[in-house]
Amino acid sequence: MEIFEIIISSLYVMGAAGYLIYLFLQKDHFQKIGYYLLIAGFGLHCISLIYKVVRTGYIPVNNLHETLFIAGWALVGVFLIFRYKYNLKILGVYAAPLAALIVVSACLLQNEPGQPREIFNHFWLVFHIIAIFTGEASFALACGIGILYLLQERSIKTKRPGFFFKRLPSLELLDATGHACIVTGFTLLTIGLITGFIYAHVVWGRFWSWDPKEVWSGISWLLYAGLLHVRFAVGWHGRNAALLAIIGFGVLLFTFLGVNFFFDGHHGEFTKY
Amino acid sequence: MANLPNINTDMKTNSRYSNHSQDMCPVRLQPAEDPSEFDILVIGLNHKTAPVEIREQLAFSNEETAHALEMLHKEANIREIALLSTCNRVEVIMAAKNSVKAVETAKTLMAHLKKIPIVKFDQTLYIFKGDDAVRHVFRVASSLDSMVVGEPQILGQIKEAYHMAIEKKTGGVILNRLLHRTFFIAKRVRTETGIGDHAVSVSYAAIELARKIFGNLEGKKALLIGAGEMAELAVEHLLRHKIGELYVVNRTFERGVNLAVRFNAQAMRFEELSDCLEIADIIISSTGSPDFIIRRDQMKKIMRIRKNRPLFFIDIAIPRDIDPQINHLSNVYVYDIDDLKGVVDENIEDRKKEAIKAERIIDEAVIHFHKWYESLAVVPTIVAMRKKMDRIAKTEIDKTLKSLSHLSDTDCQAIHRMGDALISKMLHDTIICLKQNSRYHDKAMQLNITRRLFSLDIE
Repeated sequence: MEIFEIIISSLYVMGAAGYLIYLFLQKDHFQKIGYYLLIAGFGLHCISLIYKVVRTGYIPVNNLHETLFIAGWALVGVFLIFRYKYNLKILGVYAAPLAALIVVSACLLQNEPGQPREIFNHFWLVFHIIAIFTGEASFALACGIGILYLLQERSIKTKRPGFFFKRLPSLELLDATGHACIVTGFTLLTIGLITGFIYAHVVWGRFWSWDPKEVWSGISWLLYAGLLHVRFAVGWHGRNAALLAIIGFGVLLFTFLGVNFFFDGHHGEFTKY
Repeated sequence: MANLPNINTDMKTNSRYSNHSQDMCPVRLQPAEDPSEFDILVIGLNHKTAPVEIREQLAFSNEETAHALEMLHKEANIREIALLSTCNRVEVIMAAKNSVKAVETAKTLMAHLKKIPIVKFDQTLYIFKGDDAVRHVFRVASSLDSMVVGEPQILGQIKEAYHMAIEKKTGGVILNRLLHRTFFIAKRVRTETGIGDHAVSVSYAAIELARKIFGNLEGKKALLIGAGEMAELAVEHLLRHKIGELYVVNRTFERGVNLAVRFNAQAMRFEELSDCLEIADIIISSTGSPDFIIRRDQMKKIMRIRKNRPLFFIDIAIPRDIDPQINHLSNVYVYDIDDLKGVVDENIEDRKKEAIKAERIIDEAVIHFHKWYESLAVVPTIVAMRKKMDRIAKTEIDKTLKSLSHLSDTDCQAIHRMGDALISKMLHDTIICLKQNSRYHDKAMQLNITRRLFSLDIE
């Protein structure tokens, strides 16, 4: 199993290298190499996850190692979909290294098998986990696109077309793709929260228990809801939307990792190491 | 067997030639002994060597080019010829036996046809020979020699010159090959270096910026305030990118209407400017107003109405029309003429860097061309032909001998000798034909065909 994870990680790392070389040299074949390496890594990643699920009968989210591994999987998967749909090649420059970083740090963490509990194998929970992870991956991409937007906007505003001006696509494409990511992420987060509530009701008999993770998830959800609202109502395009996407992802990251470090609650085990 | 020694002497000649050529200036492409000796020559002038008055006087129209080609081709000395005439250069590309004489002929003809004395333009001429000529043609086509490095038109102009030479049948094997290589190299330079990337004119730089903001310009709405050459050029670029609608605002409504008719646009009154600002995405401003015509506070309100849809101001006017403070509002971008010039200067710097890469590609291509050109000589062709036949015979004989294990060594040697003899006999007539000095046959053409029939060029 270990060797499998190392192969996946190295495929992602090489993919990231391909994209970074592409960023500097602007030769399209490096970007293609990076893309195919990511696809190969993702394929293996899927196989390894399916294998784990079949072998144990549980979705592997028992400790930080497994959680990060799934997070990396979701990120690459969502990236590949957006890359295909919007043809936003340059996004790989952000997504591939991030995925590589996540998966490599997962490999470095000790994989102490947690106690898989019976409650893990519940329909709503499976749904909850998948929706939350893919939703968060979408938000991660939205954050990356936001960063690219700010870089490109800066080079246009300051009237110094430098390194990024040539390499990044138009503001409108970045804005549209970022928005699509937010909408996707928001939909998935909503589904994830609802299924989570249903599951909580089934298991603990109540929808909401003021668990810190729940509270922070609620805050993230409200933040993204606000972002979408001001976009439609006031027309917060471009810079402000990009900034909000970045801030939103910061809050989300805190919800994902920070809450488990600083507070206790029933999500604790996922990110304990 | 009778011919074998003959070939050996040929090989000796060949090696003598190669030593010889090393001692000599490497520019010369032809072996001294070869009857099919001609030099590739370029004689011409361009924007760097000649002032515009002289270039104007020497520019050839299409009919004049055709006429000049025919006249020069009549000269026995000049085998192949093409003539390139653009607003920045006039160049004659020739393959000639006696280069000094050919240059004189070309000069005289230019003076004669354009009716100006040679002394007037003699100083501005450059003459390139051999490799230098090849390099020059490659550089011109790759737009390294252009006034604006990287501009794309020159390649098309060379293609036209080539077609003209084909039409008038003044081209031949050498120019054919040279120009085909030229097109290939120019294309390679364009795709492999960034020499043609990024605008180097102010109006085009503005369009490029617009595309970095809006992506696709199709269906976007543009507004032209005022008029002026550069502004209209930018509008034409926009129209080429299929913008949706164009509005024209002018202080004098009548002038606005006239412009609108020209661009198939919608004329608006100056009082309607505010309304236009609400709908337009790209605004090109070029009025003679001494003061800003659009201010920050006004724009702030309009942006709220526009729901922050991005807006791009191209301010070509001097003094400026658009308050530069507007650039600080979010989703609004203001570029004035100096900003655009700054962008252009940076792009020109980039192109210069890319030109170094292009020179390397060209150097390589010149070496390749040189090799091909050398191979056009008789001796290397015969050697290559013989070698190829030997190789084929050897493979086949070896194959056969493998299955005939009962043969003795002497038998095998006899079979090998027979193979050699067969080759010599079969190539005999071809070699004699190639070696004959004939005034009626184009030697280069003969050699080229031979090389193709036997597929001697690996390229």
